[in-house]
Amino acid sequence: MISLWIITGVALFVSLAADRKKTLAAIRRGLKMFVGVIPILLGVLAAVSLVLTAVTPRMLERILSGKGLLPFFSALGVGSIALIPGFIAYPLAAVLRQNGATVPVLAAFITSLMMVGVLTLPLEARFFGWRAALLRNGLALCGAVIVAAGMAWVLR
Amino acid sequence: MNGRPVRKMRKAVGKYWPWFLFACVAALWAYSLPQSDFDFGRKAGKNLASFLVEMASVLPPMFLLVGLFEIWVPRKVIERYAGLRSGMRAVPWMILLATVQAGTLYVAFPVAIGLWRKGCAPRNVFIYLGAFSAMKIPMLTFEVAFLGWRFSLARTLISIPVFIVLAVVMERLLPADFRPAGLEEQGEGADV
Repeated sequence: MISLWIITGVALFVSLAADRKKTLAAIRRGLKMFVGVIPILLGVLAAVSLVLTAVTPRMLERILSGKGLLPFFSALGVGSIALIPGFIAYPLAAVLRQNGATVPVLAAFITSLMMVGVLTLPLEARFFGWRAALLRNGLALCGAVIVAAGMAWVLR
Repeated sequence: MNGRPVRKMRKAVGKYWPWFLFACVAALWAYSLPQSDFDFGRKAGKNLASFLVEMASVLPPMFLLVGLFEIWVPRKVIERYAGLRSGMRAVPWMILLATVQAGTLYVAFPVAIGLWRKGCAPRNVFIYLGAFSAMKIPMLTFEVAFLGWRFSLARTLISIPVFIVLAVVMERLLPADFRPAGLEEQGEGADV
C-alpha cells in the first residue's frame, strides 16, 4: 500500500521535472477518471457491505459443506455474487474444508469469488460497457466451473 | 403514452441509486448505534468503512499512475508488445503486470482501460484481468497458508490456461471495432 504511494510520488516527481505541462495533464486525466467512478463505486461498496453483513460465515458453512451438486452450485452462486476480501475468504475456505467441503466446491468458491463479480457489475460496466462486462463475467463463471473440474481431476 | 415519465424515472434511478444505497447503509448504521440488540447496521457500517479506507488508499495513486501512463508511454510501445500482432509474447508481460499489483479486481479496471486505449489487444486486456484475479502473489501466500501448497499450486496452474483461452474467446465474441464504453468521453486526446 505504502509502496504504491511511494512509486506514484516518485513517478509524479520525475514527470514534473521532465515536463510540467504534461504532468498536470496526466494528473487531470487521472483525477477525472477517479471522480467519474466515485458515485458508482460508493453504491457498489454499500451493496457489498450489506451483503457481506447479511451473509454470515456460519451460513456459508452450512450451505457449502457436504457432498453432491447442491454445495457445488451454491459455491458458484455465493462466490459470484459476494465480494469477500482474501483475508476473510481463505480462512473461511479452510474452515469449510474441515467441515467436509470437497475440493471442487472450494475451488469453485475461491475461483468465482475472484473472477466473477455480480455486485461490481455496474462498476465494471462504467469502464467497459454492459456488453463486455456481462460477457466477461459469464465467461469467468464458465472458467470457474472448468477450474473446479480440473481441480477435482488433479487432486483426486 | 406515458413513455416519457417512465424513461425519466429510469434515468433518475440510474443516476441516483448509488447515493441511495450509500444513504441506506449510513442510516442503518446510525439507527443501530444506540441499540445493543441490533448490530446489523453497525457491522454493515464497519464493513463499508473498511472498504472505503481500502479504496481511498489504493485508487487515487492507481488513477494517477494510469494518467501518467497515458500521457508518457508512446502508443507504439504498447502496440508492439501487447497489440493485435503481438501474439503470445504478450502473455508473460500481462501476467507480470498483474501479479505485482495488490487489491480487489476493481483496482485493475482503470489500468485495463488505460492499456486498451493505448492499443493493447482486447485479448491481452482480458488476460491481464484474468491474471489479476487468479494469481496475485500477495494473495497466493495467504492461500498457501490456509489451503496448502498443493491446492494453491494446482488452482493457479489450472487457472492460467483457462483465463488465457477465455480471453481469446472474449476477443472473438466482441465486435472487431469494439471500444470500451463508459469512460470513453473523458479519454480524448491521449494518443501519443
